[in-house]
Amino acid sequence: MAGVKFIEHNGTEHNVDGIIGESLMNIALANLVPGIDADCGGECSCATCHVLVDDAWAGKLPEITESESSMLDLNPDREVNSRLSCQIPFSEELDGITIQLPEFQY
Amino acid sequence: MSGIIIIGAGQAAGQAAASLRQEGYEGTITLIGDESFAPYQRPPLSKQYLSGELSIDRVYIRPAKFYEDRNIDLQSGVRVTSIDRQNKTISTDNGQTLAYQKLLICTGSRPRELNIPGSDLPGIHYLRRLDDVDRIRDDMASANSICIIGGGYIGLEVAAVAVTAGLSVNILEMESRILQRVTNEQMSAFYHRLHTDRGVNIHTSTACTGFKGDARVNSVLCQDQTIAADMVIVGIGILPNIELAQQAGLECDNGILVDDHCRTSDPDIFSAGDCTNHPNPILGRRLRLESVPNAMEQARTSAANMLGGDKTYAAVPWFWSDQYELKLQMVGFSSDGDTAVLRGDPEALQFATFYLKDGKVVAVDAVNSPKEFMVAKRLYGMQVNADSLADSAIDLKSLIS
Ligand SMILES: Cc1cc2nc3c(=O)[nH]c(=O)nc-3n(C[C@H](O)[C@H](O)[C@H](O)COP(=O)(O)OP(=O)(O)OC[C@H]3O[C@@H](n4cnc5c(N)ncnc54)[C@H](O)[C@@H]3O)c2cc1C
Ligand code: FES
Repeated sequence: MAGVKFIEHNGTEHNVDGIIGESLMNIALANLVPGIDADCGGECSCATCHVLVDDAWAGKLPEITESESSMLDLNPDREVNSRLSCQIPFSEELDGITIQLPEFQY
Repeated sequence: MSGIIIIGAGQAAGQAAASLRQEGYEGTITLIGDESFAPYQRPPLSKQYLSGELSIDRVYIRPAKFYEDRNIDLQSGVRVTSIDRQNKTISTDNGQTLAYQKLLICTGSRPRELNIPGSDLPGIHYLRRLDDVDRIRDDMASANSICIIGGGYIGLEVAAVAVTAGLSVNILEMESRILQRVTNEQMSAFYHRLHTDRGVNIHTSTACTGFKGDARVNSVLCQDQTIAADMVIVGIGILPNIELAQQAGLECDNGILVDDHCRTSDPDIFSAGDCTNHPNPILGRRLRLESVPNAMEQARTSAANMLGGDKTYAAVPWFWSDQYELKLQMVGFSSDGDTAVLRGDPEALQFATFYLKDGKVVAVDAVNSPKEFMVAKRLYGMQVNADSLADSAIDLKSLIS
């Protein structure tokens, strides 16, 4: 398995194993990837697990819910490919996915 | 070899250990907690873990293997019994004496106990720890009725889970309204009605005076009546765990006193989480908080500063609570405001109350309104036009300059 590639804002890459069913947020935490705070522990309540998903993978992600989208709406760093990493479970389909981390979490 | 010792293995402690490694610290980290689990999240204990929606693996913050892989010596089921500041050592209840260069106290808090006749009967529970929930869930499986003492967030969350599971639910609240300590009258009334509509019986201005039962509790006594209950949950607030710090002569006053760098009165000892009384430069006063974001951010601050950094803790407090399908997200303290501005429609179960002081945003209670919650974080301390805030037709983005 290719797993997940997290790229920090400063360009540092972290290639880590994926765990099926585990959220990208939890995978980042378990591997000490910096740049994700995840203050609410994955409840979609804090928006401090913001990531940018590489375009090639956009179509394979679970659809963004209204509440996730609202949480991101006012984020000054929001891009079209912004997501909350706690809302994306890793799956076989996402094997090899590339995730960019923003400079700040709000 | 002496390194960093962290007392407690809860939310703050777990984050501090991770942050220390993230900051590049390669020395010894010893994490000593008296619970028999690796650091886990407490919020789900009264929410999705209680209801059974979330499995235990999801409650842990990081897998147990993480601590092994990162060379963090996690000692579960071990209690620290004293701190010797002169010799810079701590002692544990399993006979160890360990030396530290820096010490971080993350002892958290414990439920305030109710000491009234019958309060030690089986079937009466407090809710703080994972094993509390396991006992509560066992009882819930066979109970038909539950009585909750205390109408705070934890009590209300339990009520939501219990009534949804089909139990008959009574809540006793001593004050004249539920959530009195944490929100305004309108919000209390909203939540009162929400729970009543779902079948919960709420008794305000009602003090519990005792419990009855033989082998286990079967009823709750209050001033004028007896309420049948197969089980009871007591949620009447918490007390910070400061005794260890006090015995070591560290300054305490409603919490372990720390500065804005999470340092205690001893330069080699730091503290983070529920047990601290800390200054908040944004609010301009000292406070003690019972919240995960506070525990996490103080943990990061302590970690950086124990390694010689200069990180100030300055964050606007925020909190959340899930009841039924409603997500409440709060920023700041509503009691700091002089004016309340309503945006949205409480009848539609989607609204936010903004609190202003001298025209500046100081708090929000947002119900199913994540956007309002996020905007309040950005608008905190800023002057806003109350009429625009109240008008749902006006895009919130336009209020952020
Ligand atoms: C049911 C419940 C629901 C909650 N819901 C929310 C919520 O929705 N949102 C939110 O923001 N917050 C919530 N909270 C509050 C939040 O969980 C706490 O603020 C947070 O856990 C504080 O972290 P901490 O590390 O300071 O303390 P804790 O997580 O309590 O950790 C302290 C640990 O230290 C241990 N310890 C104490 N003394 C010693 C000793 N001498 N030796 C060894 N170990 C010791 C304790 O046993 C404990 O394991 C909730 C709390 C509860 C109980
Ligand atoms: S962890 Fe809080 S929203 Fe994702």
